[in-house]
Amino acid sequence: MSELLLAAAQPTINWHTVMFYVTAIFACGFAVVVTTTNNIVRMAFALIVSLAATSGLLFLAGAYFVGAMQLMIYVGGTVVLLIFGVMLTAQKAFITMRTRASDWILGLLVGGALFSILLQLAFLIPQWQSSDYQAAADAELAAYVEKLKADKADGKVITQEQRDELERLEIAADDGMPQRSGEIGLALVGVRADKAQRPDEPGLAGYLLPFEIVSIHLLVVLVGAAYLARARRHSHAGASQ
Amino acid sequence: MSFLYEPIGLSHYLAVGAFLFVCGIVCMATKRNALGILIGIELVLNGAILNFIGFASPYFRDENLGLDGHLIALFVIVLAAAEAAVALAIALNFYNNHATIDVDRASELKG
Repeated sequence: MSELLLAAAQPTINWHTVMFYVTAIFACGFAVVVTTTNNIVRMAFALIVSLAATSGLLFLAGAYFVGAMQLMIYVGGTVVLLIFGVMLTAQKAFITMRTRASDWILGLLVGGALFSILLQLAFLIPQWQSSDYQAAADAELAAYVEKLKADKADGKVITQEQRDELERLEIAADDGMPQRSGEIGLALVGVRADKAQRPDEPGLAGYLLPFEIVSIHLLVVLVGAAYLARARRHSHAGASQ
Repeated sequence: MSFLYEPIGLSHYLAVGAFLFVCGIVCMATKRNALGILIGIELVLNGAILNFIGFASPYFRDENLGLDGHLIALFVIVLAAAEAAVALAIALNFYNNHATIDVDRASELKG
């Protein structure tokens, strides 16, 4: 308890914050590169770095599964698709296409106005500007340990439930959040494992229907993309005749 | 450097999401290459994912979106992949027919 209080009293560098700023600078800086460069190949490369840094931000927010999916599907799949498109169309005239200055001015004007409004909105609510999650978790763990010590001094036996509760609080104070890939998988087939404990909610508000819809959508998209991008032999044959 | 001692909050995530969103909007508005417009759309979708995950994170708020935010972010990722595939097919078809990728010259439907 006293060590925890001492550690809380001294100002130390919050490494979570430092990592957040480093990855956020990467994500935003390479997004600016994407926007400003005229070269389509450089644009695609900067997009890779920006997306990878965004997945780092997802990891830092505790969304490990979504962060991994971002790396695999987005950085590994979608961007590769885009780069194929770039390579298939990268002829000399189309690698760098300059934008008119009036377009730039108009775009930056609208973008700047939008960004200023969104930034003000993001910092509008004072509770959102900082979080005391770690400090609260540490304090809760310390208080529970003190309570258990007092109980033991009184001669009470520590039950299994109390041990489990202590373990849960230790996990919460340690790295925050349990891994959620199992819960995500169950929710996709319609069972909400994270809400099963609450009696007022039946735990059936899963995502089976959206999952089916998105699966069919993906299949239709695959067929449609293959149909759209197929080689048009008949038109060449018509031209040669 | 006092801000390095403070824990970050939800607002920081929203600010980064807003920046990516605006970058994507400006990219879509100013690029003449059809693939550049596609890249702008990807940036916009990333800003949206970042917002959802920020609201879902238990580090920032007690009443968070939780698993719902994670699942919506996953759906957004899948839909982004599908959208990229179709838009790329359209762009390649346009390139095959018109021998250009410049969207300013795609004026056949102008009327």
